[in-house]
Order: sequence, then C-alpha cells, then structure tokens
Amino acid sequence: MAFEVPKVSYTGKIREIPLGREGSTVTVGGESCYSFHLFEGEMPYTPKIAMEVYDSEPEDWSDTALEPFADVIKDPVAWARKCIDTYGAEMIALQLASTDPNDKDISADEAAKITKKVADAVEVPLIVWGCANVEKDTEVLKAVCEVCEGKNLIIGPVVEGNYRAIGAAAIAYKHTVVASTPIDINLAKQLNILLGNLNVPDEKIIIDPSTGALGYGLEYCYSVMERIRMAALVQEDERLQFPIISNLAKEVWKTKEVKVTEAEAPLLGDLGKRGILMEALTAQCVLLAGANILVMRHPEAISLVKQSIKDLMTGK
Amino acid sequence: MGLSGIEIFKKLPKTNCGKCGVPTCLAFAMKLATGQAELDACPDIPDAVKEEIGEASAPPVKTVVIGTGDRAVKLGGETVLFRHEKRFENPPAFTLLLSDKMDEAEITTRLKKFNYTVYERVGVVLRPELVAIKAESGDASRFGTLVEKVCNETDAGLVLMNEDTEALSQVARSCSNRKPLLYAANKNNFETMGNFAKELSCPLAVKAGNLEELFEVSEKLIAMGLKDLVLDSGARSAKQAFEDQIIIRRSALLKKSKPFGFPTIVFPCEMADNLMKETMIACQMTAKYGGVIVMSEIEGHSIFPLLLASMNIFTDPQRPMAVEQKIYEIGATNESSPVLITGNFSLTYFIVSGEIDSSRVPSYLLIKDTEGLSVLTAWAAGKFAADTVATFVKKSGIEEKVKHRKLVIPGYLATISGELEEELPDWEILIGPREASHLPAYLKQLKI
Repeated sequence: MAFEVPKVSYTGKIREIPLGREGSTVTVGGESCYSFHLFEGEMPYTPKIAMEVYDSEPEDWSDTALEPFADVIKDPVAWARKCIDTYGAEMIALQLASTDPNDKDISADEAAKITKKVADAVEVPLIVWGCANVEKDTEVLKAVCEVCEGKNLIIGPVVEGNYRAIGAAAIAYKHTVVASTPIDINLAKQLNILLGNLNVPDEKIIIDPSTGALGYGLEYCYSVMERIRMAALVQEDERLQFPIISNLAKEVWKTKEVKVTEAEAPLLGDLGKRGILMEALTAQCVLLAGANILVMRHPEAISLVKQSIKDLMTGK
Repeated sequence: MGLSGIEIFKKLPKTNCGKCGVPTCLAFAMKLATGQAELDACPDIPDAVKEEIGEASAPPVKTVVIGTGDRAVKLGGETVLFRHEKRFENPPAFTLLLSDKMDEAEITTRLKKFNYTVYERVGVVLRPELVAIKAESGDASRFGTLVEKVCNETDAGLVLMNEDTEALSQVARSCSNRKPLLYAANKNNFETMGNFAKELSCPLAVKAGNLEELFEVSEKLIAMGLKDLVLDSGARSAKQAFEDQIIIRRSALLKKSKPFGFPTIVFPCEMADNLMKETMIACQMTAKYGGVIVMSEIEGHSIFPLLLASMNIFTDPQRPMAVEQKIYEIGATNESSPVLITGNFSLTYFIVSGEIDSSRVPSYLLIKDTEGLSVLTAWAAGKFAADTVATFVKKSGIEEKVKHRKLVIPGYLATISGELEEELPDWEILIGPREASHLPAYLKQLKI
C-alpha cells in the first residue's frame, strides 16, 4: 500500500478585509485552508499583530509588562509612536479602558479626543476597543467613529446590545466593526447576520469570538475558533467567512501566574520570561486555531510570535 | 471506533449477567462502542473474541505506554482531529534531554530540577514525564553509566537514544523492566531493532528522513509483529514538522492507515537555538499532535506555560472541570476579611480567585459544589439555590473563621438575596459585581 497525503477539500474562503486608511491599508484574511495548512491551500496574508496602547496610565501592571513602555506610559500618542518606531508595530490597538464606569469613567468626548490624537499620529491601522460596558461603549464608540471619519478604524467590541447604534455610526463614517460574542459559534454567526441586515458591508466585519488566557479558559476560545474556521472553509457558512481577532494581552497579563515572583513560587521559574511565554503561548494557540489579528502587549512575546509565524509560513 | 454497538453486541455472551457493572450485554456493547467501558470488564468473553473486538474497536491511533508503575505514560489513543469533535485522550509527554557528553554535575542538576518540577492544578498533577538519554560521546560505557544514573535517580519513563544498535541493546537489556522507548529503528536497521524490541517487549521509535520512508519502515515493522511504535518523520523545522504531524494524524483517522496509526516523537530541542523559541515550537506540537516532545531543558518559566497549554487543549470539552468544594483563603486573611461565594466551575474559580488576588484584599472565597456548572447555569439547574447555599455556608466552618456576618454573592444572582437572608438570618447578604473583573474595585471599597 502506497502512502498518500490525505488532503481536505476546502469549499470556502475567508474574506479579504483591508484595514486602515487608503494608501496605507493592511489586509487580513483570504485563507483558503486552515491556519498554516499550506500544503493544501493558501494564506495570502500573514496574521498580524496589533500592539496595545492604553488611553491613560495603567494601574496594576506587572513590571515585566511595564518596563518596555515606562517612558511613554502616560502619553498614548508617544506610546503608539514607540510601538511603531521602536518595535515595528503593524497595527495599534487603543484600549479605552478608562471609559469604564467602574474605573475612571472618562467621558465619550474625552475618549474621542484621545483617539483622534492617536489616529492622527499613526499611519498603521488603528483598532479602538471600548470597555465592554454596552451602554458606555455605544456612547464612546459613536463619538470615536465621528471624529475619526474616513480613517477606517477597527471599532469594537460591537455586541448584540449595541450593534445598531455603533454599526450605523461605522457605516456613516466608514469604519470596520469587531463583532464580539461570548464563545459561541451560533451567536457569532447571528451577530454577523444582524450586521449584514443593518447594511454593514461584508468587507467591514471582523469576528471576535472572545479570548481567555492560557490556563484561564483558552480551550473554549481555541475550539470556537476552530469551529468557526471549519464552518467557513468546509461547510460554506458564508456568515462566518470573516477574519478573526483575538484581544488576548489584557487577559494574559491580569492572571496570577504572570505576577507571582520566583521567590514566592520557585517552581514557576523566572518571572519576566514566564510572563512573556504566557502571552506568546496564548497567541500561538489562537494563531493555530485561526486568529488573523492578535492584540498583544510585550515586545519580546510579539517577537517570538512573529518568528513563529514566519517559520510556519516560510519554513525558514 | 470501527465497530458499532450492535456489531460488538453480536460477539458478546448475551447472558445479561451484569458482572461488568452494566445490567445488559446490549448496554455494555453500547458503552464499549463509545469508549465508556473496557472490554476487560466482561469476564466471559473468550480471548479470541476479545482480541477481535479489541482490534476492531481500537482507536485509529494506537495507545502506546512508556515506563512502568505510577510513572507509566500513555500516548496516542486518539480518535479525532479537533478537540471539539469529541476530546483528545492523552496529553503529550514533555521530555528532558540528557546527553552523555554533559558533565556529571550538570546532569545531576538537570535531573533534580526535572524531578521536583511537579504542579497541581484543579486536582490534576502536571509534570514533565520522560527523560531521554542520548549517546553522543561515542563511548558505550559512558552511555551505560548515564542510563544507570538516571535509573537510580528517577522513576520516570525513559527514552534511550543511540545510533549504535549494539550499545543500545546492551543498555536496554539492563533496564528493560522500565519499559523504555528505544530510539530508533530506521530503514537500515529495522530488522535488528524490531526483533530486539519484540524480545524485550519495549516500545520502539521509528525514525525516517521523510513521510514516505516513515510509512515504509513502519509498515515493515508491523509486518514483523511490532505493536508499539512511536513515529519520527525526521522533520526538524517548525513548518515541516507541523505538516508531517497533521498528515500522520489524518492518515490514521481518515485513511485508517496502520503504519501512521501511532503516537509521534518530536524534537523542539533540535529546532531552536534558545529555550524561548523552543517553547513556542513545543506549544505548536502540543496543539497539533505531538506525542513525546523532547526539550533541551526543563525550566519553570517554559514548562509551566507548556503544561497549562497541554492541560487546556486536552481538557474534555464535554465535561466541565471542577474544583473542590471548600473555603479558599486568598492572601493573609483574618477574622474581618471579606467572605465571597461562587460556584465550582474551574474557570469561575480561577478567574474569581485571580481577581481577588490582584485586589490585594485578603479574602475568603467559598466555593460551592455546582457540579462544574458556571454560576448562572448552576442557579438555573437548582445547584445554587438559596437553601443549598445556606446549608453549605453553615457547614463550611466559615462562621468560626470570621467575626462579621457579611456574605458577598455573585451579581448575577441578586435575585436569591432575599431568600438567602431568610435561610441565613445571621448573615447580611451583599450583592457583588456581575463581572469578576470588577471585583478589585468592589473589594477595595467594601467596608466590613
């Protein structure tokens, strides 16, 4: 009996979505196979990494995560520039954490002003992520859409409770939306259908099926991503044929395991390297499951993941 | 796999004796077909039939055991390509590589670290499982001495790596009772190695230059009667190894390819020049079908995240992981520390305890048994009803630990607070935030 490579016949393809403003767009998606299955399909655009920037100085960050940004931590514009100029960021993800009513609760106007400054200062695609409070995000992200008209920001999280308002603003001011659902393939599909009914163009939708950190529910996200890819590529489920984003850094860097020192827990080894690997391994898993955009924090974790993408794409 | 429940039933004794623990032979057959029962539970099946059913119902990736006793490691036994299709069975064995070229002190240190690197999470023990001993010095006695030292210093399973079949067989004979994995048979020596592995009843690795060659050598070894093989396609780049692992697993599952129906051995240690990158490749292999994963070093910062990844990927998607029902003390608690309660779904526990920890407000976390269900699901299923919560709180012993009587319940369960106050008249019920991420802010302003 001779050996024969068993190939999957893919019938679907992930949509190609250009992100960012005209003239400097970055395209994601376009796959006609499972991630990195290059022996039986194509991945015309490599997965991209967006570096996190926060709208105000973060509290409670571990030293490992803080250290590379210590000089810019108070200034989102300088922070974004450093990500691009020093670390070669392909995209920026502005986390509007201080809009959270349970946190600093800054106003929609203020958040929009900060976003505008960052958007004007960067040429790479800009993701703008709210605080995941449905009402507040509606207010904030609408304002953001308006002041950044035409920049094709990537706006999220857009959820069932606010997709109409944010979706309408995204259409009016020409931005891309992140359709966010809680780890459920059917809800993901449903929200994409709703966005379609609202007339959000198909080339303006990215899926966020939610992300958990390594050791904190990663397996659920991993499987929902694999299922979405399977539905999109071999079951021709058109409403799931969108690129996937994974906003993973903030999940990883709040876990206990990236903060407990080696002195407190000798078996966990070097604190700095452990945090970097916790982030990089979370990213590696979601990459293999199908993520196209990874929102990441630590430059060394990013560099490990970039190397891994390169190795898997080119075979070195 | 293979046989349906009815097909298996036809071969059973049909006595409905119940000795297997299931009332009828039909029910037992159904359980066998879905892998929920072991054939050995039936005392009356003739051996010949047992072998026939065993063969036909065996998973397409054969289960191979390396090592013995408590430290025996099961690999393979896989039946699906994606974990959501059913579950992955046996997590990879992370393996420490030792070379007979290393100096003795170095080996002692590394072995010691290997031995004490054991974690416990949700009641599951996580550790690197195997030690691979590689002959690189060209000196057979050095290799023998090292194997002897490792045998003396650890109970872990072994992988013996030596290209010199003569030297390998001598050493393997001396420790064959440990059921080491012999590495490796190749296209030139497979007859010698095959016969030898058969004689010692040890699992045998097959190493080839590419998949075609691997297929051929494996096929020949199967023809010789070898049953416990572990496959090395020879790939030493992340991309090639990724493809090979997928093709091997798919061939076994979709094409019922016997030569590829075995677990694999992979070498991140030979694919990177530093441990960080090596860890990334090992993670890739954890998700995509690596069996024995050989690492150049075992360091906490690398092996701990890898073991977490392995635990996540190999968790049964159909069975939520649960933590023990009890009082968890987070931080340096005292008699006026806050008391919170939630369900025992492991993810709930990890997230809630993590947030409490990061709030730096020492607190008691009461974990009530909700059969692994999350808070809302548990409530809907009656596992978080006020009366059962009250019984647990009273019996938990928390009343002896704190002076105050304030209990924080999950925000989503605000509806039970009235009922709970009736059931626990001494206690004031406080409604916590809905999202765990808001716990630090909540705890910081909480006045006890």
